[in-house]
Amino acid sequence: MKRATKLLATAAAVALGTISAANAQTLDKVKKQGVLSCGVNVGLAGFSAPDDKGNWTGLDVDYCRAIAAAVLGDATKVRFVPTTAKERFTALQSGEIDVLNRNTTWTMGRDTSLGLSFAGTNYYDGQGLMVKKSLGVKSATELSGATVCVQTGTTTELNLADYFRQNKLEYKPVVFEKADETITAYQAGRCDAYTTDASGLYAQRLQMQQPDEHIVLPEIISKEPLGPSVRQGDSQWFTIVRWVHFALLNAEEAGITKANVDQMANSTNPDIRRILGKEGEFGKAIGLGNDWAYQIVKQVGNYGEIFDKNVGAGSRINIARGQNNLWSKGGLQYAPPIR
Amino acid sequence: MTATTNRQAPGPLVTPPAKPNLLYRPEFRQAVYQVLLVVCLIFAFWTIANNVADNLARQNIASGFGFWNRTSGFDISQSLIEYSNQSTYGRAFWAGLLNTLLVAALGIVFATIIGFLVGIGRLSTNWLISRICGAYVEILRNLPLLLQLFFWYFAVLKNLPGPRQSISLPGGLSLNVRGLYLPAPIAGPGFDYVLAALGLGIVLSIAVAIWARARQRATGERFPVLWTTLALVLLLPGAVYIALGQPLSFQYPVLRGFNFQGGVAVQPELIALVVGLSTYTASFIAEIVRAGIAGVPRGQREAANALGLSSGLTMRLVILPQALRIIIPPLTSQYLNLTKNSSLAVAIGYPDFVSVFTGTVLNQTGQAVEVILLTMLVFLTISLITSAFMNWFNKHIALVER
Ligand SMILES: N[C@@H](CCC(=O)N[C@@H](CS)C(=O)NCC(=O)O)C(=O)O
Repeated sequence: MKRATKLLATAAAVALGTISAANAQTLDKVKKQGVLSCGVNVGLAGFSAPDDKGNWTGLDVDYCRAIAAAVLGDATKVRFVPTTAKERFTALQSGEIDVLNRNTTWTMGRDTSLGLSFAGTNYYDGQGLMVKKSLGVKSATELSGATVCVQTGTTTELNLADYFRQNKLEYKPVVFEKADETITAYQAGRCDAYTTDASGLYAQRLQMQQPDEHIVLPEIISKEPLGPSVRQGDSQWFTIVRWVHFALLNAEEAGITKANVDQMANSTNPDIRRILGKEGEFGKAIGLGNDWAYQIVKQVGNYGEIFDKNVGAGSRINIARGQNNLWSKGGLQYAPPIR
Repeated sequence: MTATTNRQAPGPLVTPPAKPNLLYRPEFRQAVYQVLLVVCLIFAFWTIANNVADNLARQNIASGFGFWNRTSGFDISQSLIEYSNQSTYGRAFWAGLLNTLLVAALGIVFATIIGFLVGIGRLSTNWLISRICGAYVEILRNLPLLLQLFFWYFAVLKNLPGPRQSISLPGGLSLNVRGLYLPAPIAGPGFDYVLAALGLGIVLSIAVAIWARARQRATGERFPVLWTTLALVLLLPGAVYIALGQPLSFQYPVLRGFNFQGGVAVQPELIALVVGLSTYTASFIAEIVRAGIAGVPRGQREAANALGLSSGLTMRLVILPQALRIIIPPLTSQYLNLTKNSSLAVAIGYPDFVSVFTGTVLNQTGQAVEVILLTMLVFLTISLITSAFMNWFNKHIALVER
């Protein structure tokens, strides 16, 4: 009977194999397969969206590339897995993706009960509301009685309820599964307001039929620190993803850019030398090559470059650096030193 | 399987052994195999459940049903029971489930009506009618349902005016992109009597129908049941209503702020979903009805004609009752399909069970295994109840006919 139990248990374990496999060493798996599976948004301009040639672009997408550059030495070795708000955590839990970079808010609930860990904040965001100009509304506090379109499976849905209750405002939510349908319904006049992360509002407004007819209200009703997350229980992989993020920030702070990285490699500045692997064994310490950060900056750029290109001044969305500036320039982005 | 192969082949011996050993008796063996199978199944499920729980715990994913009584923190746009963001996840479960049942019930009623009309229409001798019905079936049956739902929802939404430019319909109804607004009836003192009169009217008309049926059986004389029923059900309460000084007032929806307030609001999501589901399912039902009618032997119709029954009566009294026996089983599976298809609701923003529970609740709690398990249970239960009812109905009809 003992043996039979074992047999059956193994059979069942095989049936649910993906779940157990999820605990395996992610780094080894990625190296062996030679490609990083990265969960991204199905389409949110600036963060992750295929361009007209079918190439993925965006801030989150570049984070995937940076991890691939650090781990595999090649930023193009990424398999992008588009996920909806609803599917994303399951995709990570089941092992389908190695890391989730999908404008996902770091909350305590998600960090503790979903079996995943957030490795950092690559974009400090907050939830905003958008209305049609013609409605004549200037502030969210005037929205009592409004109907609001919102996407399911997001923190957005909960913040909305909290905000309206706190401010004693009545409202009706209309909940859709996909961003496209949510926005279509809002534009068709089904809702008075559309709400999501402010970055999303700006990005999606560009794609509306008449962008100028919509305004984003001044209130930011929540904190939305967006960042990459990995499965719990693989501390090596977690550390890698976290330090890729810090490397991007440290590179910007040290003034290392995609263009000057080769020159910088000959610098005498010890900070720069450590980042670029000319001094110390920091890459080895996290199971990577010593040139891990060099590859990131060489192939993808530093944080500031990625930001500008995708969502900042160099993009159509044109969002100010604001809170996402380096700490030394009045923002919140702060990385522990590489030493 | 094994049980049958173990059965002794008929040998040349004519006299069987007087009392075979219990172990060699096929009935006994069969029973043992069945019990063993059940034990194995239970054991397998138990192991899988344990394994899942283990895996979840090892991965630090919350498990168990503790979330049921926690505050949900989200709102639902339409609920048949009291629900707010201060309610529990458990209540959200029921709110979603009732919304699904509402859509399923409305969809089934409309799909049946449209399906029967179109199915009968397709057999009509009128060329135009039969062609129109044929086109209806071919078009709706062959387009993906999701596409049709999008069509109804977005095509309709985009063409309706905003709340401030609502279309006023007769009877205090207003139609705009936020939905159809109806005046809400408010019962005044004495309205209970009107309801009592209505109840009395219904009881009386059932009694009349039974009496008329018995009389027709006995004497062959027909009685105008329809007219009596109408009079009893409409005129009787109507008379009481007027006699009591019309104790019913209406609260009319009025535009206040962004939206109409007061009255009863029917969401465009609900309308689009019911219209989409029922017109789509009706195209299948129409085919089933046509096949059912075509399955009744010609002689039946000819015999009815020979007896001098009008074509309407022939259909109602001779053809349909026989066709129903062919129609009911596949009709049941259409009802089940409709109910299951209602889960496409989330695409057009209707808060059905799948959207509320398997969507929002799953995401806010992150407990996929538990939520999916409950979802499967719910759909299984709905399906089993529906087919149990339809089986009962089928038997009922079959008995009457034999
Ligand atoms: N940050 C929030 C919201 C993320 C989210 O899903 N945002 C929407 C609107 S900006 C989105 O990306 N939708 C794209 C899609 O699913 O197609 C969260 O983590 O829950």
